[in-house]
Amino acid sequence: MKHIAEYRDGRVARALAARIADAAAVRSSYRFMEFCGGHTHAISRYGLEDLLPAHVRLIHGPGCPVCVLPVGRIDTAIRLSERPDVTLCSYGDLMRVPGSKRTSLLKAKAAGADIRMIYSATDALRIAEEEPQRQVVLFAIGFETTTPPTAFAIRLAARLGLQNFTVFCNHVLTPPAIQSILDSPDVRELGRVRLDGFIGPAHVSTVIGSEPYAFFAEEFAKPVVIAGFEPLDVMQAVLMLVRQINEGRHEVENQYGRAVREQGNEHAKADVAQVFELRKRFEWRGLGLVPYSALRIKREYAAYDAERRFGLEDRPARDNPGCECGAVLRGEKTPTDCKLFGTVCTPETPMGSCMVSSEGACAAHWTYKRFRDAARINPSQAVG
Amino acid sequence: MCLAIPGRILSIRGEDPLVRVGRIDFGGIVKEISLAYTPEARPGEYVLAHVGFAMTVIDEVEARRVLDELRALAESAEESAPDGVGYHA
Repeated sequence: MKHIAEYRDGRVARALAARIADAAAVRSSYRFMEFCGGHTHAISRYGLEDLLPAHVRLIHGPGCPVCVLPVGRIDTAIRLSERPDVTLCSYGDLMRVPGSKRTSLLKAKAAGADIRMIYSATDALRIAEEEPQRQVVLFAIGFETTTPPTAFAIRLAARLGLQNFTVFCNHVLTPPAIQSILDSPDVRELGRVRLDGFIGPAHVSTVIGSEPYAFFAEEFAKPVVIAGFEPLDVMQAVLMLVRQINEGRHEVENQYGRAVREQGNEHAKADVAQVFELRKRFEWRGLGLVPYSALRIKREYAAYDAERRFGLEDRPARDNPGCECGAVLRGEKTPTDCKLFGTVCTPETPMGSCMVSSEGACAAHWTYKRFRDAARINPSQAVG
Repeated sequence: MCLAIPGRILSIRGEDPLVRVGRIDFGGIVKEISLAYTPEARPGEYVLAHVGFAMTVIDEVEARRVLDELRALAESAEESAPDGVGYHA
């Protein structure tokens, strides 16, 4: 067992689809939001929507940290990278995200800024150790999964007494984002977006556990099923959600028990609690200012906070006015509702963040689902 | 972004939890991964690695239980529809 191929067995997927079709005969419509970009990617890549009955719909959520990072933060990182003494270390995912005025980290690098792509937060530490004359800044983004490694890097830097390492912290939290969606007028009052339940985060939950979702299940009466990122994981989660709806239940269930424990990872949570504290509010692309939805570095570790060391301040910045990323991230629109989609905005020349990350709804649609659309328009040419 | 890849621990070095690392086999590619957050991990076990850190040890028993359940479901579906059209895709 290698824990990958087993969960991609088409025979089992079809059997699950049959069970879902049988179970979903009870109601005329089921609408579930998959929060994570990882799920969005798997759903598109494996064509899961084609296996599901037409009235069981999956709505893409805002769970892609690259997609929800506002333009202003990208601009701030680019300005920082233009300082001659700074080496900016970034995960590869962020390199091509458009800032204001058609800039990006990749273009800033081409223009001479010292920007380096890293795999792990500890790579940035190593660069700081090897190049003491440089001010090495880790451009940290990500949900709860990616936050502990940043905390680890800061603690290790403190232990090593590194003077030239700081973190530009953009870590965000999953539960406040889910709450923001459920509280939005579109869902709560206007009913423009109807959600019956959530496919809960996979790897975020390995850290925070299944317990933090209990509040949503209870308060908003929406079932949550935590699911892995493989296609059979998603199919099984959909079946579990359909059954909960049919039975009038709204509980937190864990499909991903092989990786997620109820309490999450205590070691990782302790590290994060030691280094970070809540920000009063943080701007999300698409969701606007969300209270207590992000982390900043505690005062005890202020020496490692790039925002303090370099006096960084975000300047107001606007998304491309034609870009519908915001509405796509809220589940109100689909990628094809955007007039930039597939015309000027493609993964080669992304205008919005959802087209940059392979987990973004637009990139997933462009890469996999546009062929499905084409087949639907002209069924005689569809490949069976 | 939150992707984590399963890999099998070949060996472990370092006692200090802050610098304990494992050599992990990801289907033939071997990388060193921090085990700071999985002090319970032992050689031979699978972990899920994300940005250079093992975030959780895979529970083999639970994985086996779910897979057996799923495969049984597929077999029962095929038995009830021997001509292979037992699904409404």
